Formats: sequence, structure tokens, C-alpha cells
Amino acid sequence: MSSTTDYEYQPRTRSGRIANFVDTRAGVSPMVKEFGRKIFPDHWTFMFGEVALYSFVILLLSGTFLAFWFDPTMTSLEYHGSYVPMQGVEMSGAYASTLNISFDIRGGLFLRQLHHWSALMFVMALSVHMLRVFFTGAFRRPRELNWVVGCVLFLLAIVAGFSGYSLPDDVLSGNGLRIADAMLKAIPVVGTYMSMFMFGGEFPGLAIIGRMYIAHVLIIPALILIMIVVHLFMVVVHKHTQYPGPGRTENNVVGFPVGPVYAAKAGGFFFIVFGILALLAGTTTINAIWNYGPYDPSPVQAGSQPDFYMGFPDGALRLMPGSWPFSWEFTIFGWVLPMAILLPLIPIALLFVAMFAYPWIERWVTKDNRVHNVLDRPRNAPFRTAIGAAAVTFYAVQMMAASSDLIATHFHVGLNDVTYWLRAAYFLGPILAFIIARRMCLALQRKDREIVLHGRESGRIQALPHGEFVEVHEPLDEYKRYRLVDFEDYQVQPARANAKGKVTGMEKMRGRLSRWYFEDRVAPVTPQELEAAHGHHDDHEAVGAGSHKAQLDK
Amino acid sequence: MKALSQKRRHPLAVLALLVMALLLTGGLYAVATTTNEAKAETTTYSAQDIEEGQKLFLANCSTCHGLNAEGTEAGPSLIGVGAASVDFQVGTGRMPMQMQGPQAQVKPEQFNEEQTKQLAGYVASLGAGPAIPEDEYLDVTKGDSANGAKVFLANCAMCHNAAGAGGALTRGKYAPSLMGVDEAHIYEAMQTGPQNMPVFNDANITPEEKRDVITYIKALDNNTDPGGFNLGSLGPVSEGLMIWSIGLAVVIGFTVWLTSRSA
Repeated sequence: MSSTTDYEYQPRTRSGRIANFVDTRAGVSPMVKEFGRKIFPDHWTFMFGEVALYSFVILLLSGTFLAFWFDPTMTSLEYHGSYVPMQGVEMSGAYASTLNISFDIRGGLFLRQLHHWSALMFVMALSVHMLRVFFTGAFRRPRELNWVVGCVLFLLAIVAGFSGYSLPDDVLSGNGLRIADAMLKAIPVVGTYMSMFMFGGEFPGLAIIGRMYIAHVLIIPALILIMIVVHLFMVVVHKHTQYPGPGRTENNVVGFPVGPVYAAKAGGFFFIVFGILALLAGTTTINAIWNYGPYDPSPVQAGSQPDFYMGFPDGALRLMPGSWPFSWEFTIFGWVLPMAILLPLIPIALLFVAMFAYPWIERWVTKDNRVHNVLDRPRNAPFRTAIGAAAVTFYAVQMMAASSDLIATHFHVGLNDVTYWLRAAYFLGPILAFIIARRMCLALQRKDREIVLHGRESGRIQALPHGEFVEVHEPLDEYKRYRLVDFEDYQVQPARANAKGKVTGMEKMRGRLSRWYFEDRVAPVTPQELEAAHGHHDDHEAVGAGSHKAQLDK
Repeated sequence: MKALSQKRRHPLAVLALLVMALLLTGGLYAVATTTNEAKAETTTYSAQDIEEGQKLFLANCSTCHGLNAEGTEAGPSLIGVGAASVDFQVGTGRMPMQMQGPQAQVKPEQFNEEQTKQLAGYVASLGAGPAIPEDEYLDVTKGDSANGAKVFLANCAMCHNAAGAGGALTRGKYAPSLMGVDEAHIYEAMQTGPQNMPVFNDANITPEEKRDVITYIKALDNNTDPGGFNLGSLGPVSEGLMIWSIGLAVVIGFTVWLTSRSA
């Protein structure tokens, strides 16, 4: 342990000598010492980021294999592979090589499916991880920047997925590109130019597959890799968050060190994720490109949908009324504004801006600039949970709208009716979700209070000597009680005058937001309340609604 | 003979009689249906067929299509729709219609082949129209599935989905799945344009091309799904559902298991 001696370690065994040689050259042991002793709290919700990371590694591995055989050209050739219905059909090199990977390269179809399922798993795990971070408040100081890095990763994952989906040059992927092209062209003034730059002329041209390919195999994965490194580096710097519990404070992390148990678990988990994906890829078809045929700009097939992560813009376009009640196209100074495409994209853009900015929005409203390493249980932050539920609903309605035709055929309802209902849900769904989620959180908090003050209902009914019946409540043990009472008790922060003695409009708005956030709240049980409740415990057979109200209003 | 009559009260006599009766009716039915099939190849209808067909028509169809098939507000005129229309609509069970709605639903056929043929003969006698296709154009061994794929993807996949899984149309109408549909019915559908389907006449898609399309659809039908379970051949939506339901559930199961032996 003394660091000032000149003593040099002399290994005695052969493997010891090899290990020592490497260690003295590469400086491994300080790293192991640093990282091997990092503490990770154990909770199943903390593992979705890992799933995303492992899916990404599998994507790199399977993608490398595909890159050996994929030919990113749009020059046409005649197909003569082993898929009979396409024989003699003229198609691009990209589509032909994808057919070859699927039917003529050994293990090609398996790896193609592995790659695609891993992509879905990657975006899904990433989304679930983000939801976990949001709903537990893990984005608060000091982790605001890491939240932003995570949001960037989310966008990059979508772009990576979409660029990969576009590569096979089948009818389905070409339709997707066409919609992307239309969205680009809808942007006022610069849209047409951007589309021309992207496609090297008019859509579809002969350049897009090659460009998408470089973006998909080099630029985007490199960016994702950089962002992952930054993300993980910040996790190490900030240390991991933890759920509230006995012995857990803002200044410690309770859990297992990385070495050896946690590293073994995480390493094993990689193979579990690999196994799940390999099982899916080996048994379940994904993107049967041979059905769609080579890309041709004229047909759009029934049931053309993007992968789920691109569903929301597609659904937004489906929900937008076409030309009713009036034409949504305006011309200003000779520039055409196709509002039928622009309008539904604006709320999506705002949603993404709000996602990036949310840590600052919440900090501004709550005036809470403290370091938070202990997470919130979602019920203990009803305002945030409700906002998240509203955002998820808004997203989900649009994602569902992208499958409106399949909802119609599979539930035997009219396609137009599905659209009408989803239009209503687009506006009302988020509001309902907000109200319901908030009420549920408050109700759960009240339940927690009740359990802390009066214990669990045991189900045993006692008859007292004077004839009264009471239910026996079992008091909580200290550890369980700790989890239920240890949470942040935010209060309304009314608008205050600034240094010049003026209450600015911004500050007034903040005050109103703060009231909106916190006017309904349930305070954690205080030791005095607990004492009082325990003092006359026997008198309580049920909790009076009145006493609850009093606690609420405090 | 005496031995047989003595055994007529044997406990197993009823059973033996039943078996004999079943064999007899089954055998007669088999003979009858094969003769029907043989007759179906010819497109001529006897006067008796037409007469029987008219009786069936009056009893089952005239409420909506009118006493002389001239059409009413509830159903279109059938003069000139041809035998192919009848064979498709009645042969797939769409007609008589189960209920009024955006379009006729497939249901178990109400008439046997003989009756369908009689109805077809009656409607064909009302005016010239597309006839039931000849077997030559239904023989998938003679078709070219590559050309069929080309024609199918350019003309059919917009409504019926690239894999023939079907799709939605406006206001409750839909294009049905093409899996498991009889060759003749596919041909007749193209030729007559039933429900909301457009007509693909012989100038548009030649009989040989129609055969190619049928060949391709049958190839899709008999496809062994090289990639495994096809999830209904519905594309990204069912794949997304798969990953968000089973995929996520399995992952959560493992994460809970891995963290269950905690500190």
C-alpha cells in the first residue's frame, strides 16, 4: 500500500511474469483499480442502456458481415440468383446483392435478420432507457448534459435505422425515401435545394444508395460510437444514480463493484441479449425484401409502413387532413408552403426541442439547482410523470396512426373512422393521459402515506370485548418505511421580484407553471406525524378522509 | 339369403346398415361431383341448367337483383356480367350476401358446384359476358412466376399487399388476402372486377399474364417462408409489435432475473 518504496514486484510463476510484463507496460492495474471498484447499484430498470449498447455491438458485428456482400450501386442489372420469382427481372445492384445475401450467401439471411432485429432492439432499448431516465428524474443536475447526449444518440439511432432500411432499394424502402424527400422539399425556401443536393438531382437519381451507404456504415456509426464513449465517460464521472432506500444518500452509491461479480453479470448479459436476438433472427422473418420487388417510383403497396421508430412522422402525415376544409397550400412571395406536410411536422419538432430542453425547463420552474444522485420514484414526482405520460401518448397516437390501415383490416373497422378517432386522440389523448397519470401518482402517494402511518392491512379482523370489530394493521419495518417517506417535497415557488424590484413577465409565467406543477401534492410523512399515528394507533380502525385532507393541504 | 334375414335382428345390424348407407351416399356423391367437374369444363349450359338456375335465382337472388336480374336499388343488374362473375361471387360464398355493408364478405358457400353452375348458366343466358376461364389458363405449371411477380407488383400489390396479405381501402372496404384462393376465382376476379376491384380485361392483362399472376400468387402461397415465421407478412408493423411485446418481455425477464440476487 505504501507508494514511496522502490520495491519492484518479482513474479514467480510464468503467467505471473506475462501479466506483470503487460501491466508494467500498459498500466492496466491502475485502470482495473479505478474501474474495477466502480460501484453499480443493482436494479432491473438500470439495464436497458446496457441492452442498447450490446445491440449496438451486435449491429457492428452483423453489419460488417453484410458489408462484405452488399453492393451499394443503383446501376441496373438482370437478376439470375436462386429466388425464382425475381429471375430475369431488372433491378439495381443494391437490391440484387440483398437478394443474394438472403438466398445465396451461406448464413446471409440469418445475419440480415439478426442485423435488422438488433436495430429494432437497439432503438427500443434506447427508448425504454430514456423513459426510465426521464420518469425517475435521473436527468437532473449533474446529469443534464448526459441527457442531451442521450437525446442525440436517440436521434442518431433513428437516422441509422432509417438509412439502413433504405439501402436494399426495394419498393418499401424506396417509398420511405420518397416520403423523406417530400418532407425535405416541404421546408420553405431551402427544401428543394436540400433535396437536390441529397439525391444528386431529381428523386430518385443514381446517387442516393451510395451516399446512404457511406452514411450508414461509416459516418453515423462513428458518431454513435463517439456519443456512446462520451455518454459512458459521463456516467463514470457522475457515478450511477440510485433509488431511495436505507443508507442511500446523495453522497454515496450503494451496490456491487464492477469487479468481479458485476463484470461477469454484464458480460453474461451480453450473451443473453445476443442469444435473444439470434433466436429471433433464426425463427422470425423481418423485412422480406423479396416480396416487395425492385424499387419503382410508381407503385405504393398496401401496408407500406416504416420501421416502428419512424412511425410517428408517417402517422402525423396520415392524420393531417388532405385538402379539407380548405387547401393547406399557401404561396408567399412566390414560395409555396405545403402546410399539409409542414403543419404536422411542427409539433414533432417542438416535442424534440422540449425533450432536449426538459432538464432546464424543470430546473427553471422548480428553482431546484441541487445535485440529485437519488432518484425519484415516478409517483413521487406527479407533475413530471404526468408530462411524460402526455408526451408518450402524443408520440404513441402518431405511431398508431402509421398503422391505421392494418388497424382497419384486423379489427374490421373503417379506415376513415380509425383516422377520425386518432385525430381526436391526437388532441385529447395527451390531456387525458396527463390528468390520469397525475391522479394515479397522487393516489399512490396517499396509499404510501396510509401504509406508513397505519401499516399494512393484515386481513385479520378482531372482535373487541365491547363488540367492535377492527382490522389488525401490521406496522412496516423501518427499511420498508424508509423507501416510502424519503422523497423530495417540492413546494409552489410563487413569482418573485428581481433585484430591481420588478416581477417580469417571464417570472410570472414561471410562477404560474410552478403552481400548475405543485398545487396538488402529497407531502411525505414527517416523524411527528408518525409518532402521533403510533401514539393512538389502537383508536384507528380506518383512516378518516378528513385527516387526509388536512395532510394534503399542509 | 335365409341366413341374412335371420340375422336382421342382430344387435350390430343397425350399425351394418348405417355403414352401408354411408358408403352408398358417399360413393354416389363422389360420382356426382366428378361428373359435375367434367361438365364444368364445357362452357355450354343445357336448357335444363338454365331453367334450374332461374328457379334458384328467383328463390335466392331476385330480392336484390330483381325478378329478371334487371337490378334494383339494393343490387346491380346482372345482365351481361357473365358466368365468370357468378362463379366468383357465388363460388366464394360472397353471394348471396351475408349482410349489406361496404362490401360482400367471404362466407361458406351456400350452393354446391352444380347449383353454382346452373346459376351461372342462367345469368350467362341473359346477355354476353366473361365466361368461366378455360383450364389452360389456370394451369400454374405453364405459368411464369417471374413475369407474374412483375405484373402483380405493378397492378395488384397496391391494394392486396406485396405478399398478397390484403389491405385496407376507404370507408370499411378492403382488399382481401389472396392466400388459399382458388385459381379460377383469382382469374375471374381479375376479369370481372368484383366489389371494389377494378376490371383487368384481356387487353390490359392478357390471359397468359393472368396465368403468370396466378402462378406467382400460388408461389407466394406455397412459400416455405425462408426467414421463419412470417408474422402475417404485414411488414414493419407486426415486426415492431413483436419486438415491443415478446422482445421487450423477454429482455425484462432476464434483467429481473439478473438483479434478483441483489445486496
